[in-house]
Amino acid sequence: MSNQLVMYEEELQQLTAICDVLQRDSNAKAVLVIDKNGQAIAQSGEVEHLDVTSLSSLTAGNVAATGGIASLLAEKEFAGQFHEGEKTNVHISIVGARVILLVLFDERSSLGLVRLRVRKAAAELTIVLEALVKKSEAGNQPSVFAEITDDDIDNLFND
Amino acid sequence: MSFINYSSREINCKIVYYGPGLCGKTTNLQYIYNKTNPEAKGKMISLATETERTLFFDFLPLSLGEIRGFRTRFHLYTVPGQVFYDASRKLILKGVDGVVFVGDSQVERMEANIESLDNLRTNLAEQGYDLDKLPYCVQFNKRDLPNSAPLEELTEVLNPTKVPQFEAVATKGVGVFDTLKAVAKLVLTELKRGS
Repeated sequence: MSNQLVMYEEELQQLTAICDVLQRDSNAKAVLVIDKNGQAIAQSGEVEHLDVTSLSSLTAGNVAATGGIASLLAEKEFAGQFHEGEKTNVHISIVGARVILLVLFDERSSLGLVRLRVRKAAAELTIVLEALVKKSEAGNQPSVFAEITDDDIDNLFND
Repeated sequence: MSFINYSSREINCKIVYYGPGLCGKTTNLQYIYNKTNPEAKGKMISLATETERTLFFDFLPLSLGEIRGFRTRFHLYTVPGQVFYDASRKLILKGVDGVVFVGDSQVERMEANIESLDNLRTNLAEQGYDLDKLPYCVQFNKRDLPNSAPLEELTEVLNPTKVPQFEAVATKGVGVFDTLKAVAKLVLTELKRGS
């Protein structure tokens, strides 16, 4: 369990702020930050009608499969992907080798603009994520599990 | 890899159902999906072939309630059981917090069970995991079939380390939630232990 991801309020606000700027500056419909294992971390834009949980899981699966193709071809990874739809386009990029940045956009934007803005946002996200990992690994933050007792866990499964 | 979100007060964990082709991994998830309240589950996604065989994975997000104000959310995944989808299986094991091995009780599937269990150990080891150190349960499915092997024999061959095991008939739901609860509990206990 050494590579557990922990998110705190402060860092989530920073990540969300970066997503907000990216979404606005790229004229995107929505921006999502997703853990490589498929957990949604932060989001911005028109997400209320999206199934964020499913989208996150499938995007992570997609990135994992593409990563598998990369290693078969002796590539380190394919850092970016672009899916073109009739109404919605999807830009997927890997940030800091750890998270996935997903941008959904339509005719109000363009691939060039999204790519340009993603590059800037990715650099900013990397800084926040590195700080988050350090904070989490330092182990001096209070852990929810320190308070949870075996009885609490048992009670969760009592019918 | 669990994801603890102090901002939204959520504990997120990943459980993978592993086992040979047609052992009932997807059936487990379908039963859980059908019997869970709508507010506790998300959409179930099945990336399957035209003949309903799992191609990449099934995915079911499930909420199991709150502990000390934290919502516990489990992401359940199955792997494709067919031997030639090994590359996909490896990908799905990434970041796993708990494993359920679903064995097919039919005598003629014993070899496929053994091969799949070996494959699970190998693929976990490639990701740096040791099955003996992971939260792990075994389910013997299809116990209602007339050609099912005796429980003692299945236990000896497929559960030599004596992890929690359950007899199941996944199509009827027998043993399905018992297995899920057991592995979820092991995952949370392991998280607590590691904190």
